Amino acid sequence: MTKLGQWLCGLALLGSAWAALALAPPGLRLPAPYRQALLPLPVYLLVVFGCYSLATVGYRLATFNDCEEAAAELQEHISAARADLRRRGLRF
Amino acid sequence: MAAGGADKFSVLLPTYNERENLPLVVWLLARTFCESGNNFEIIIIDDGSPDGTQEIAEQLEKIYGSDKIVTREIISVLFSSGTAYIHGMKHATGNFIVIMDADLSHHVSLYFIKQKEGNFDIVSGTRYKGNGGVYGWDLKRKLISRGANFITQVLLRPGASDLTGSFRLYRKEVLQKLMEKCVSKGYVFQMEMIVRARQLGYTIGEVPISFVDRVYGESKLGGNEIVSFLKGLLTLFATT
Repeated sequence: MTKLGQWLCGLALLGSAWAALALAPPGLRLPAPYRQALLPLPVYLLVVFGCYSLATVGYRLATFNDCEEAAAELQEHISAARADLRRRGLRF
Repeated sequence: MAAGGADKFSVLLPTYNERENLPLVVWLLARTFCESGNNFEIIIIDDGSPDGTQEIAEQLEKIYGSDKIVTREIISVLFSSGTAYIHGMKHATGNFIVIMDADLSHHVSLYFIKQKEGNFDIVSGTRYKGNGGVYGWDLKRKLISRGANFITQVLLRPGASDLTGSFRLYRKEVLQKLMEKCVSKGYVFQMEMIVRARQLGYTIGEVPISFVDRVYGESKLGGNEIVSFLKGLLTLFATT
């Protein structure tokens, strides 16, 4: 199954469970407080996910390594390479 | 398998206007391989560069020997990484293939070590884990990179931390199999390789790499690039 397929299945499952519990016909309803909590649940989850995304990306951005030594090392390698290649007869 | 059972590494280098960088990359690769004692060859696939890249490649072939440097020129307006790799693989005699950009090179030796450690089918370089990282990127570029990677992780759950990197080591048979299956172009192609590899059950090891961006000033990451990335990502999401 494709990733899209997995998402659609998952959403369908959760969606129908939520609809069954939150929007049930009068005879089968849960007590009012539970339904009041369930009704806005999808929106809450979306908001939570949004916050999680921002926090995660922010954290990863802040901890993104800056490779100073790698850059310096590369510069050294470049000088060594140019010198050695020139010695071996490369005409740049 | 390479003759004698010893591993041989074929490095595929697609080039376009890399006259300046090519000798440096080749020198670094040759030195790394010689120091680690591994058998290698470097296959340069040039897309008809007008700046004399071919000529520099031929000089390098004279210096290092035709068994070590193989140069092939394609002149193709639709040159993409996929085309370059297909051409390159035809000439590769190693049992491992290393794919990298000709304007970046760093610590190829880590890859051999990792591969031996876990006998992985693929070893992928990651900028996002361990002491991997970048140099020369401003905040905006880093944000876009992390943001794009986050969306990719959520949607594709690929099991690898860096999907758009193009510094990888593959077993030759694995690369051939993946090339048959992958249909995207550009860096979405790199992403598709990893996703399909996961699906086919290949093992993927990761090594941290330092991406020293020496060309950032010239390369643009504009709206167009971002849009095409998202399109590619959504295509992969819907088809894999």
